[in-house]
Amino acid sequence: MAPAIFGTQAVFEAFPDEPAVKALSHLATDAKFDRGELTLTVARENIVAACQAVKQAGYNFFEDVTAVDWYPSEPRFQVSYSFLSHALKRRLRLVVRLVGDDASLDSITGAWPAANFYEREVFDLFGIHFGGHPNLRRIMMPEDWKGNPLRKDYPVEGYR
Amino acid sequence: MSPVAAPDQIIPGIEDVVADANLHKHGTDPIADQTMVINMGPQHPSTHGVLRLVLEIDGETVVSLAPDIGYLHTGIEKTCEAKFYQQVVPLTDRIDYLSPMTNNTAYALAVEKLLELEIPEKAQWLRVLFNELMRINSHLVWLGTHAMDIGALTVFLYCFREREQLMRIFEAVSGQRMMTSYIRIGGVSLEPPLGLFEAIRAFLLDFPSKIDQYESLLTGNPIWINRLKGVGYITPEDAIALGVSGPPLRAAGIDFDLRRDMPYSSYEKFQFKVPVTTESDVWARYVLRMEEMRESVKICLQALDGMPEGRIVADAPKIILPDREQMKTQMESLIHHFKIVTEGFAVPAGEATSSVEAAHGMMNYYVVSDGTAKPYRVHMRNADFANLQALETMCKGRLLADVVAVIGSLDIVLGAIDR
Repeated sequence: MAPAIFGTQAVFEAFPDEPAVKALSHLATDAKFDRGELTLTVARENIVAACQAVKQAGYNFFEDVTAVDWYPSEPRFQVSYSFLSHALKRRLRLVVRLVGDDASLDSITGAWPAANFYEREVFDLFGIHFGGHPNLRRIMMPEDWKGNPLRKDYPVEGYR
Repeated sequence: MSPVAAPDQIIPGIEDVVADANLHKHGTDPIADQTMVINMGPQHPSTHGVLRLVLEIDGETVVSLAPDIGYLHTGIEKTCEAKFYQQVVPLTDRIDYLSPMTNNTAYALAVEKLLELEIPEKAQWLRVLFNELMRINSHLVWLGTHAMDIGALTVFLYCFREREQLMRIFEAVSGQRMMTSYIRIGGVSLEPPLGLFEAIRAFLLDFPSKIDQYESLLTGNPIWINRLKGVGYITPEDAIALGVSGPPLRAAGIDFDLRRDMPYSSYEKFQFKVPVTTESDVWARYVLRMEEMRESVKICLQALDGMPEGRIVADAPKIILPDREQMKTQMESLIHHFKIVTEGFAVPAGEATSSVEAAHGMMNYYVVSDGTAKPYRVHMRNADFANLQALETMCKGRLLADVVAVIGSLDIVLGAIDR
C-alpha cells in the first residue's frame, strides 16, 4: 500500500494532477492520503462550494454523508462526505469539523439531492443541523425521541 | 429522561407526514385538490412488514409518496462501537440478511485496510465464490417475492426450491443457513469441507436450466409484460443524482460495476460481463438481474476451476485465532487465543472505507479507529437506503398498483435501511 502523506502542502505536491486537489486548492484547510484514500478538509462555510467544485472535477456520484463524534474533544464532530467518480474510478472524502455547541452547517441537497436522506440520518442520530435542508425531520427515531443515539455521551443501551 | 412515549406519539400521524415537504407540493388543501392520503404498509405484503409508505393519490394515480422508515430500530451502528472488531462480524450478517457474506466481506475489507493486512489468495477466491453465491441467493428471493407481489406464486416456490440448495451449501461451509459469519477479518473462518466444491459445481451446472424455467414462466407472459414494461421509469441523470446504485442504476444504462471497475478480493482475475440495459423501467431491472445470475454462475465456476491452494487466513497470530490443534501443543497459541478472545486486538488509528458490489448495489463500510480494540465508529452505506429515495421519482404519475411493482424492482431489504 502507498505510504501515508499528511498535510495540505505535501498532498498537493504528491497529487498535482488529481482533479479534486486542483478544484479545492483554495478551499482545503487540511489534507491527507492514508491507506490509499484521499481526504480533504474544508471549513464549514465552504462545504456547498466544495461539493460543487468536486462535482465539476468529475466526482459525479454522491455516496453518503455521516459523522464521527470525538466527544469530549473539540472540535467535537467530524462530518464526512464520500464521493465517487465513475469515470476516474476513484473515491474522495470531504471532511468538515464542527464544535460541539454549534453543530450546524449548510445542506448540500441543492447540489446533490441524494444527500437528503443521509443528512436527515445525521441530524436524527447526531443532532447536527443542516441549514437549508428541504425536510430536516427525524428519519429513524420517533419524532419525539429525546437525544441523539449515535452521540458518544448517549448510553449504548439507552436511558432507562 | 424517558424515551418511552405514548403509543399514539410513537408513530407519526398522517398529518405529520403530510406536513412533509414532499407532500402537497402542488397545493395546500387536500380536499380542494381532490386527493387522498393513504398508508401503504407496514403491514402490506409488498412493503415487507417494516416499511410504511404515505401515498397521496388522485383517484388511482400517485401524486406524491413519502417513505416512513425506522420501524426496525436495530441500533446496529451504536452496538458496533461497544464490541471488539471481530465481534462486529456477526452483526454485519443482520444488515442485508439475504447476502450476509457480502456484508462480512465489506466489513472485513475495511478493517483489513486499517490493519494493512495481506490476505492469502485462497481466502480471496473463496470470498469471490461465496459472494457470487450470495448474489444468486439474494436475486432468487428478489425474483420470488417480486413475482409474488405481482401475483405469480409458482415462481416463488421454484426460487425457494433452488435457494434451499444454496442454504445447504452455506450451512455446510459455515454451520449456519442464514447468519453465516463465514468471512472473517483476515480471511475466512473454515476450510470448505470435502465434497462441497463438487456439490456447488453440481448446483451451478444445473442452475442455468432453472433460470430458463423461471423465464419460461415470466418473460413471455402477457400479464408480467404489461405490469413491468414502461413502469417505474427514472432518467439516468435522476438515478445518479439520487444516489441509485446496483441493478437499478445499470438498468438506466450506466455501465458501472465495482467488481470490474474498482476490483477487490481478486475480482480482476475473473472474466465476466456486466449486464446493462437502457430502458430504466421495472422490466429492464428484471432482465438485468436474470442476466446477472447467469454471469454469477460463470464467476463461481471459474473460482472452482482455479481455486488456489494455501492458507485461508492471513499470517497474523495476534489478530487471527490460532488453529485448535496448535493450541494443544503450543503455549503461544493458547496465549494468543486467550488474549484475542478476552481483549480483542488493537487496530491502528485512522479511517477506511471499503466498497463492494452487493446484490442490491454499492455497499460501503466506513470504519474509524482510535487505536483501541473496539471500532470508534462503523457506518454502513447500503444501496437500499439511497435506492428508496428514488421511489417517489419512479412512482409519481403512475397507478397505485404500479408502486408494488416498483418496490419489487428495487429489491430493498429493510435491515439494510434502518439503523
